[in-house]
Amino acid sequence: MFIQVSLSLLEGFKVTLEIFLLTLLFALPLGLIMSFGSMCRVKVVKWIVRTFIWIIRGTPLMLQLIVIYYGPGLVGTWAQGLINDGTVNPIIQWFATWHVFDRFFALIVAFVINYSCYFSEIYRGGIESIPVGQYEAGQVLGMTRVQIFFKVVLMQVVKRIIPPMSNEIITLVKDTSLARVIMVYEIIWEAQKFIKSEGLLWPLFYSAVYYLLFCGILTLLFGYIEKKLDYYKI
Amino acid sequence: MSILKVENIHKKFGRTEVLKGVGFEMEKGEVLSILGSSGSGKTTLLRCINFLEKADIGRISVDDNVIFDASDKSKITSAQIRKVQLNFGMVFQSFNLFPQYNVIENVTLAPKLLAKEKDSYSANKKDIINQIEAEATEILAKVGLSDKLANYPCQLSGGQQQRVSIARALALKPKILFFDEPTSALDPELTGEILKVIKNLATQNITMVIVTHEIGFARNVSDRIIFMDNGIIAETGTPEEVIDNPKNERTKAFFNLISQKE
Repeated sequence: MFIQVSLSLLEGFKVTLEIFLLTLLFALPLGLIMSFGSMCRVKVVKWIVRTFIWIIRGTPLMLQLIVIYYGPGLVGTWAQGLINDGTVNPIIQWFATWHVFDRFFALIVAFVINYSCYFSEIYRGGIESIPVGQYEAGQVLGMTRVQIFFKVVLMQVVKRIIPPMSNEIITLVKDTSLARVIMVYEIIWEAQKFIKSEGLLWPLFYSAVYYLLFCGILTLLFGYIEKKLDYYKI
Repeated sequence: MSILKVENIHKKFGRTEVLKGVGFEMEKGEVLSILGSSGSGKTTLLRCINFLEKADIGRISVDDNVIFDASDKSKITSAQIRKVQLNFGMVFQSFNLFPQYNVIENVTLAPKLLAKEKDSYSANKKDIINQIEAEATEILAKVGLSDKLANYPCQLSGGQQQRVSIARALALKPKILFFDEPTSALDPELTGEILKVIKNLATQNITMVIVTHEIGFARNVSDRIIFMDNGIIAETGTPEEVIDNPKNERTKAFFNLISQKE
């Protein structure tokens, strides 16, 4: 039984890992772009991005999952209703084509949006903490703004943001358990199956071991990176 | 022909007018020191010439070519500013070395990036990079850091860091080298090594503008002194004229106070 449960949980953990990796893959670069938006000199852009970050950080990820999964379908149904009542409007017609996303796709979209917002604030903190003298030194050496960012500033930002980033990334590991809200079957869902089918509660508790082990590996990894970057001080 | 001509520079920060019409000219090979009390506008003047600040009014020419004119409303692009900036080298009070690069990388970073922009780069990549590294090694030897090439800034003393930053500025072969209080962030026992390096540069006919509080050093190394007070040039002349026999009341008061302290 133990082996059967372990294998079953491992199946679920694969999905957990997939959510985790895909979210990082898209949210890390998107967060950087959003951080530029939130520091943009064009005030309109800055305030649009900051309002968006406020909304996403100010509402539960669980709700965002539900909205992104069910929302398009609701809009589609509503628009279809209007058309049936005789509305002729190209925008309404376009809305009518909306339908529910694929579950997994909706899940990744919601996670990527949510985590990009958190990451963007970490990036912003890192970028704004770099002394202006570093930019000026690059400037008087005839470097372009792009060169200054990528050759001078970025590596210093990376070093600064590793502790808050590792915090956020470890939170992400456990947030993946929200996937079952829209019935994407990850490890918690696999564990809960045993309650119904076998009347066993312990597989649920046992699933914690998977999280613990994985977060342990991540902690070691971040410790290793921090040590690797120890050769310089900011 | 003057290598640098600065005319009627005005600069305001909010309501405070920091520069109220400053102008001077200098010849190739000349060493010019700018003295004056804190808040007199010395650093702002340097920053305006180096495009780190934009002057509100005024004109700057290098080799008789106007490189900046505040009355010219056509906007200068950042690419143009970059090109002009390469005429100047700048050494900061707080060094501003790049912490993630070691000494030689700090010096070669900008030359390597610049070399990439040349058409002939891809054909002779290896030679060009070797040459840049050889030159950097030579410059670092001149400032006495041959044994520190692979060290990172955090492993160096303040004096050593400032010498790296001088080498970094020299590596681009600027027409004029500007120093913004190069010893002010250093312990007194470390200022000597920086002053020695600058003095050595002066003997090599390098054109320099030095903002400093080291009066003795300024007297020793400069061909000409500018004394600034409250956003204008109060007095200018040879070190003997300005420091030893000042005519302006403010200049007199300033050097009297200093000599009393010493």
